[in-house]
Amino acid sequence: MTIAPDRPAAEVGTARRRKEDARLITGRTLWTENVTLPGMLHIAILRSPFAHARITRVDVEPALREPGVVAAFSGRDVADVQGSLPCAWPVTEDIVLPDRPAVAVDEVRFAGEPVAVVVARSRAAAVDALAAVDVDYEPLPVVLDLEAALAEGAPLVHADKGTNKTYTWVFDSAQAGTGGAVEAALADAEVVIRRRYRQQRLVPAFMEPRSVVVDPTGDQVTVWTSTQIPHILRFLLAAVTGTPEHKIRVIAPDVGGGFGGKLAFTPEEMIAFLAAKRVGKPVKYTESRTDSIASAHHGRDMIQDIELAARRDGTVLGLKVNLLANMGAYLGLVGPGVPLLGAFMYNAIYKFPAYRFECSGVFTNTTLTDAYRGAGRPEATYAIERIMDELAVELGLDPIEVRRRNWIGHEEFPFTTVCGLSYDSGDYAAATDRAKELFGYDDLRREQAERRERGDPVQLGIGVSTYTEMCGLAPSRVLGSLRFGAGGWESAAIRMLPTGKVEVVTGTSPHGQGHETAWSQIVADQLGVAFEDIEVLHGDTRSAYKGLDTYGSRSLAVGGIALVNACQKVVEKARPVAAHMLECDVEDLEWSGGQFRVRGVPEGGRSLADCALAVFAAHDLPDGMEPNLDADAVYDPVNFSFPHGTHLCAAEVDTETGRVTLRGYVAVDDVGRVVNPLIVEGQVHGGVVQGISQALFEEAVYDGDGNLLSSTFADYTLPSAADLPDLVTDRTETPAPGHPLGTKGVGEAGTIAATPAVVNAIVDALRPRGVNDIQMPCTPERVWRAAHSQGGAS
Amino acid sequence: MTRISITVDGVRYDDDVEPRTLLVHHLREQLGKIGTVVGCDTSNCGACTVLLSGHAVKSCSVLAVQADGQDVLTIEGLSGPDRGLHPVQQAFHQRHALQCGFCTPGMIMTAVDLLSENPDPSDAEIREGLEGNLCRCTGYQNIVSAVRDAATALRGGTVPLPEEEPELAIDAEEPDPQRAQAAAAAIAEKVSP
Amino acid sequence: MIPAPFEYTLPSTVDEAVRALADAGEDAKVLAGGQSLIPLLRLRLAAPSVLVDLGAVEGLRGIREDGDALVIGATTTHASVLADRLVHRFVPLLAQATATVADRQVRHRGTLGGALAHADPAGDLPATVVALDATLSIAGPDGSRTVAAADFFVDYLTSALGPGEVLVAVRVPKREGWSTHYEKFNRVAQAWATVGVAAAVRRDNGSIAEARVALTNMDVMPVRAAAVEEALTGVPATAEAVAAAAEHAAEGTHPTGDLSASPEYRAHLARVLTRRAVLAAAGI
Repeated sequence: MTIAPDRPAAEVGTARRRKEDARLITGRTLWTENVTLPGMLHIAILRSPFAHARITRVDVEPALREPGVVAAFSGRDVADVQGSLPCAWPVTEDIVLPDRPAVAVDEVRFAGEPVAVVVARSRAAAVDALAAVDVDYEPLPVVLDLEAALAEGAPLVHADKGTNKTYTWVFDSAQAGTGGAVEAALADAEVVIRRRYRQQRLVPAFMEPRSVVVDPTGDQVTVWTSTQIPHILRFLLAAVTGTPEHKIRVIAPDVGGGFGGKLAFTPEEMIAFLAAKRVGKPVKYTESRTDSIASAHHGRDMIQDIELAARRDGTVLGLKVNLLANMGAYLGLVGPGVPLLGAFMYNAIYKFPAYRFECSGVFTNTTLTDAYRGAGRPEATYAIERIMDELAVELGLDPIEVRRRNWIGHEEFPFTTVCGLSYDSGDYAAATDRAKELFGYDDLRREQAERRERGDPVQLGIGVSTYTEMCGLAPSRVLGSLRFGAGGWESAAIRMLPTGKVEVVTGTSPHGQGHETAWSQIVADQLGVAFEDIEVLHGDTRSAYKGLDTYGSRSLAVGGIALVNACQKVVEKARPVAAHMLECDVEDLEWSGGQFRVRGVPEGGRSLADCALAVFAAHDLPDGMEPNLDADAVYDPVNFSFPHGTHLCAAEVDTETGRVTLRGYVAVDDVGRVVNPLIVEGQVHGGVVQGISQALFEEAVYDGDGNLLSSTFADYTLPSAADLPDLVTDRTETPAPGHPLGTKGVGEAGTIAATPAVVNAIVDALRPRGVNDIQMPCTPERVWRAAHSQGGAS
Repeated sequence: MTRISITVDGVRYDDDVEPRTLLVHHLREQLGKIGTVVGCDTSNCGACTVLLSGHAVKSCSVLAVQADGQDVLTIEGLSGPDRGLHPVQQAFHQRHALQCGFCTPGMIMTAVDLLSENPDPSDAEIREGLEGNLCRCTGYQNIVSAVRDAATALRGGTVPLPEEEPELAIDAEEPDPQRAQAAAAAIAEKVSP
Repeated sequence: MIPAPFEYTLPSTVDEAVRALADAGEDAKVLAGGQSLIPLLRLRLAAPSVLVDLGAVEGLRGIREDGDALVIGATTTHASVLADRLVHRFVPLLAQATATVADRQVRHRGTLGGALAHADPAGDLPATVVALDATLSIAGPDGSRTVAAADFFVDYLTSALGPGEVLVAVRVPKREGWSTHYEKFNRVAQAWATVGVAAAVRRDNGSIAEARVALTNMDVMPVRAAAVEEALTGVPATAEAVAAAAEHAAEGTHPTGDLSASPEYRAHLARVLTRRAVLAAAGI
């Protein structure tokens, strides 16, 4: 472990048990679905059974005659007020950006799209009445496959746009001046490896189905919603509905997971808002799991064509990436930008001199895709880590060795990559060495050789994944240059209460990450107050009035700095108060251990609580001083942070059945300094399992007509505890130089690293049988077929 | 409507319900027992797990009328002001066995049921015992550890803390009259002329 | 999601249940443990007008010895089957298969009779009772009758139960001297079987005297692997002999293709899993 000196004392770094748990383990949680208001009505949504059809008629009148029904409307009924759900990331100037109605008006473009809405006195009455809504559809040709959608004469998802291609975005290191020309590298190379990888479509599958309650009866319209982005949503609701922003209050109460899936302005939020305005009463909509899987946005779904140029000594000369990204039927909030978040990560931890990335977004008659844990970075890491293994095989090198020959050395940081990013710090060798040691790498390689030797029907494979990722979304200027519709700053505020207690206001919006605990730890150290004396307020635009919310491993990396800055402002404001109380000059004061003391006088210090009380009374303050210690801060990062790590996976492959059993998994991550090791470990566990799950279990599958076959948890197979191995986790710690706490971010690391580790292990097990790829998820059948089809990919 | 009588968390409730009412909807919407949640339509996720006559069941796959005359224990009845946290709850907290917490009520109730049948399960038995509960946050690692710890505690053993913890944070919100008085006195002192 | 409305009756005897079904007509459904039916109701894939709940019917629950057989009441839960000493002693195959059904919560509610009447070819228990040569007792408007397990499953999700009939009990012959194994293969622990194999073997010194093998999810109904049974009869109890016999496992089956497996792969799995099941049962 590389532990830097001067580690901050006390709370930061300790394994505090979470404050949040008290309500979560006793059933006292406030989920949106738990919100009940006087006179509240319930919404049910009729969804299209067709992937593509013209709506020739919708008659909601019969539904209005059903018991308990208060209102019903179709897309046409709200066409002039519903506007278009916005895409905040139009990645190119000439992007094809179709309107996205909350309720379809003339045409439906994916199965599950809302067509009509019923509002009734009970949920059951609303659902029952859906059957009475009369809709005539005229089915249209369906296009589902990415390449078919780009072919001449393909059916068009948006006929008026004349194309299924929404954009093409290119990064070329020669053009950008950040590296050489990749075509030259490919021409000069001694070895060129070409591969096509397919990122299957995934469902974020947060455990809490999304729910929204809108109360239009107050001075402000109040929206409770299961979202990651209450602040962004408030802005967007105002922009789309014309309701003034100050007349909207958005509350994200306890939110049961998101993983990017709740980084959205959803049709259902818009529908509830419109319905509440129409009936003048509070309304609630909670999706069923089946509706959630069909219509909440999906993730991944890309085809990656990769070319890697290298010398025979293993030195990589260049990388060329051609990407097709399935956008689904519409563009989601940040959907077009997801591949771009990966664009800067294909070079990973390596010193590639030349790089070209080209991505086209494609419309199909499927549920739209958007952010899902890692968003672009897992895809990039998968492709590069898979193909580095192929290079190792081609050259007869150990996969770790080929990586070592290309990775950035510890002494080379800060390092400017072929994409022009400045990697802040890292020690890839240290993490890899530690991982190998915990894993028993050499012993497992020996066992692998023995099993191969004796033709064991159960073969052993070892998978390597070394990764980095960009955390801390994001420097606003960078986002601007990528045409993102917002900045990347974060805010925090400290309210000093007269009794010395502290309210912390954060613009981040946790949904499982434990901010209430971690933020309390940070503030406790900064202000010298007790962990228990701190309350973290978040997710309500009335109290946490400013913020850009939680996604992209940004909360601690960006919001944490805002928090520290706000605390420091409080200390500075308190300084003259303390000096006044201690009857000394401000210059003679020192601040440490939560006390202001006269320099050289250990006793008789004043705490911030003393200062807060003095300011509250305001009887005896320095002349002209504002009686206020409260402070806020907004931090806009100047760079991303770049955590990294090495994950090793041992997979047993039963060649008779194709069953893959993970025998061991080691994750050594370097996420910089750690505020709470328990929380960090938990993030790694969960992230790794989501990555394993992409490799082995999950896929959203459509039939030829565009009906989602994996429409319930019975068919969209998530692993339970019984399907997973024990994980071994450890950390190295290379502090982030640009961050006052030295932290980097951890939310997505496991998911980014794990998928290629698992697939590399499976392919490694079957390599002697000529296998060089298996399509994800590596189902038993696919693995079995690969194992028994000599010399090729399945 | 059908008349039913169910005892939930020690309190008897008599209600008229539509026969189609699921037990979980009856608990949540009629009785206000919102600690139990619904996560799916197909009885896969287990978030709605409660104990019905002492056995873990998925309350989304039981009709309220089927529970007539029976006892239901929900997450809300597992602990109380007079008896503190159940060892399984305590262990989930100690081991950081939850993140978003949505699966947690069902996960805890299933673990309680598992340990009542098998007081000393192996890790493999714990994993298999929880096969009917899905969690998307934790990767299950800490859940397995928590159930192991809870088993030890329920058998009367001592649970070693995974890392030193200064003090339990749970339910530390009890008002401290002395501290409150001292604060009030301090304020009064400052405010009075 | 919420089921469509239905009427509910709670008979207390089998006769009352049969009458209730007759009164309700074709749209009625029997409710046992509800672990298959209630999710279907919630998804509105089933919308019966009347549910006849067997939960209060006397005498339908429980396991008793009856000469050379065990008689298991139709509404006996999977958990009760698993907890029963007689089952473990006389028909351990039933316990082995029941232990793999769904998860502990479902096993607390789900019933043996319900699982058989639902007749899902992917269910673990239909093939098991076929392998065990069980007999099913049925009550109906025209009186009682018994049906051999092999004749009970007639098509996908379709049993021999006529309209208005109720499955009352399952009579399972004791299999003393037999050893058994249920081999289940699924995508994830809580998933239905991709393929399952119920195997029972009676050894005689160094050879296999008799074998019973039935397959889960290899056709629209559970199927008996007759060719395997025949090939095993009288052969030496060796890995080679079992492997050779298991090669016949998919003969005469018509497996479907779905998200978990193609028909071809299912046929392959049937051969591999049959070999493993018989080897495990025979203790080879």
